[in-house]
Amino acid sequence: MIPSKLDELLEDFSFITDRNERIAWLIDAADRFDEVRVPPEVAAPPYDEAHRVPACESDAFVWALPADSKDTLNFRFDVLNPQGLSAMALAVILNDCCSGAPLQQVAAIPQDIVLAIFGREVSMGKGQGLMGLVTMVTHAAHEQLGSQSAEA
Amino acid sequence: MSQNIEDRGYVHPGKLVSTEWVAEHLDDPEVRIVESNEDPLLYPSSHLPGAVQIDWTVDLNDQLRRDYLDQSGFEDLMSRNGITRDMTVVFYGDRSNWWACYALWVFQLFGHDNARVMDGGRKKWELEGRELVREVPVYAQSDYRAPTRDDQSQRAFREDVLVHVEAGKRMVDVRSPEEFSGELLHMPGSPQEGALRGGHIPGANSVPWSRATNPEDGTFLSAAGLRAIYEEEQGLSPEDDVITYCRIGERSSHTWFALKYLLGYDQVRNYDGSWTEWGNLVNVPIER
Repeated sequence: MIPSKLDELLEDFSFITDRNERIAWLIDAADRFDEVRVPPEVAAPPYDEAHRVPACESDAFVWALPADSKDTLNFRFDVLNPQGLSAMALAVILNDCCSGAPLQQVAAIPQDIVLAIFGREVSMGKGQGLMGLVTMVTHAAHEQLGSQSAEA
Repeated sequence: MSQNIEDRGYVHPGKLVSTEWVAEHLDDPEVRIVESNEDPLLYPSSHLPGAVQIDWTVDLNDQLRRDYLDQSGFEDLMSRNGITRDMTVVFYGDRSNWWACYALWVFQLFGHDNARVMDGGRKKWELEGRELVREVPVYAQSDYRAPTRDDQSQRAFREDVLVHVEAGKRMVDVRSPEEFSGELLHMPGSPQEGALRGGHIPGANSVPWSRATNPEDGTFLSAAGLRAIYEEEQGLSPEDDVITYCRIGERSSHTWFALKYLLGYDQVRNYDGSWTEWGNLVNVPIER
C-alpha cells in the first residue's frame, strides 16, 4: 500500500489525457518548490554528497527529517539547476504525499510512479533522475524502519 | 567567460549566434526563435519573448512509425509557426542545446539551411538574467513549401552503419561511459528506450556529447578545444566519413553539429536508430 494522498493523485493523473493539462498541473506544483526547499538551518550549499539524487542531471538533493511521530518522516529537497522544473514538481508531490505518511507506505512506492505522473514520453535521462528522487525518499523510509526494528 | 564566437576558430561560425545577437533580434520579423527542450515543463513555464516551441516528442516525430515527420508534416509545422523558407530560425533549449541541435538536424533533412543555434542555450540566457515570459506568441500562418526529406546526406540507417563498420570507418558514440561499456541498458519501466544487448558498435570512439561544451554556461568549446578532443585525442580528421550515434539520436545531433559546422567535417551523419535499434538487432556485431 502506498500513501493515500499519492494513490489519489495517481488516480487523478490517470484521467488526464490532455498533455497540456498535465504540464500545467506540474508547473503549478513546481511553482510551490520554495515550500519544500531544505531550510538553511538543516543544510546549506555545498551539500553533503550523501544527499545527492543519483543520476539526476538537475542536481537534486533530498533530506529526511524527523517528524512529530517516530513512524513518519518529513522530506525536504533542493534542486540546484534552475531549469530542473520536473525535479521541482516531483519534489513538491513527494512532500505532499510522503511527509507525515506511514513509513511502510512510503517505502512501498514504486519507481514507475514517475511514468504515471510525467507520462510515458519522458526521456530516459530525465526519467532516471526522477526515479532517483523517488528512490532516495523510499530508501530513507526503509532505513528508518530498519533502525526502528533494530531498537526494538 | 566564453570567447566571442567569431574568435573561436570555427569553420562555420555563422551557425552559432550569441545571446546578445538574439536579444537584438527578438522583434526581427525575419528571425524566428525556437525553443526545444528535454523538459516539457520549461517552455510553458517561461521562454524568450516571441519564441515558439518545437517539441521533440509531438512535433518532430511521426506518432505511429518510428520516423520523423514527413514533407507535409514539416510544412504544417513550419506554417503553423509562421516560419517561411527564407526566415532565419534560431534554436535554443535546455541541456546545453542538445535538443536544439536535434531539432536543427531534423530541419536539415528538409533543407532549411538558414538555421542556427543560440550558443549556451537557455542556461546562458538565464545566467545573464535576460527576459523570460510566459505568453505564447501567435504568428500569422505561413505557406511553407518544403522539399522531400533528404535521408541520405545527414542521416544514417542501420544498413549504412553495417557497411561503415565493415569498411572500418569512424564512428563516435556520444553516450555515457556506462552505456558504452554495456553496464547500463535502459531505465527501469521505460522499455521504449531500452535494448536487449549492451555495449557499443565495433570500432566506435567513446566521446560523451557534453565534452563539447563548457559546463559553466553551456557554450561550445572553441575550435581548438574541440580539435583537442576529437582529433588529437580520438584521432578523427575533417576528411573522415563519420557517423555519430547515442540511444535515440538526440545527443548525437549535438556532436553532429559540432563536427559538421564548428570543425567543418563534410561527411558526418547521425544514426538516429542508435542504440535502441542496434542493441535490439539480431546478429549484428557488438563490442564491450
